[in-house]
Amino acid sequence: MIEFITQPWPWWFSGLMISGIMFFLLFFGQSFGFSSNLRTICAAAGLGKTNKFFDFNWRGQIWNIVFLIGAVLGGFLTKQFLDTGAPVQISQETIQDLSKLGISEPESLQPTEIFGTDAMFSLKGFLILAIAGLMVGFGSRYAGGCTSGHAISGLSDLQFPSLIAVIGFFVGGLIMTFLIMPLIF
Amino acid sequence: MKFIKFLVLGVIFGIVMTKSEAVSWFRIQEMFRFQAFHMYGIIGTAVTLGVAGVALIKKFKIRDFSGNQILFSPKDNSVYRYLVGGTIFGLGWALGGACPGPMVVNVGYGYWAMAIVFFFALIGTYLYGVLKSKLPH
Repeated sequence: MIEFITQPWPWWFSGLMISGIMFFLLFFGQSFGFSSNLRTICAAAGLGKTNKFFDFNWRGQIWNIVFLIGAVLGGFLTKQFLDTGAPVQISQETIQDLSKLGISEPESLQPTEIFGTDAMFSLKGFLILAIAGLMVGFGSRYAGGCTSGHAISGLSDLQFPSLIAVIGFFVGGLIMTFLIMPLIF
Repeated sequence: MKFIKFLVLGVIFGIVMTKSEAVSWFRIQEMFRFQAFHMYGIIGTAVTLGVAGVALIKKFKIRDFSGNQILFSPKDNSVYRYLVGGTIFGLGWALGGACPGPMVVNVGYGYWAMAIVFFFALIGTYLYGVLKSKLPH
């Protein structure tokens, strides 16, 4: 049992659990959409005073902020109690492709070249993190949702706008992966 | 007390996303390079079960725990904002290897660099709010 828990979990179990989380949120009268939290935090920080996009009743979104705190806690608990710290089991082709970009094969969950302390405090490393965040934050609000809101909730409801958004996610992801990343790494 | 259930769901989300490696930058790269089924399996399973479940909720007019019928509001009809916004999101998703949920899960796991990504995601959202009226939707 302990061995099963500390091993990486299979995709089908993860997919099952994620749809379960979406259904429980619906049952609790809410919906699954994580990036709304970004707008809520801006509103809670008082930015509604200068911009009307952030002037709304953000207190009605506290449940989602609590979900966010739970997600942080979930990451922490996994690291402390459920993890072997084993390298991520990605395919050999991906390891080879990434080595051409100067990213060494996985030793843990994340590449040290991007998320290690040295990278974080270098100018280039910091800019990579900052620009990635800017684009995710800007793009998710422009598109009206992120992976949870569009790819999971929206597609489950067969919403055409969500399909367009998910196509956009992939257009952007492929441009970054194949055209831009070879230039910056 | 009424928020405890959302905390529990958030904890489960964080654990599942970490244990299935969906919060890993490596897995997102592998997905965009079409070199493994893993991420497609996760999203595909969730969406397949989701489509079936949402259809059942609508067909049987299932109610939530406080007795209100569960309703789904259609999103505004447009192509431009979803395609352009989605593409900008995708650029960031591939570069940082995380969408907003996995960012905070990573912070909990101990990757402080993800806190920088998340902080700038807040700034990005604020920028959208500032530019909203000037952007085509």
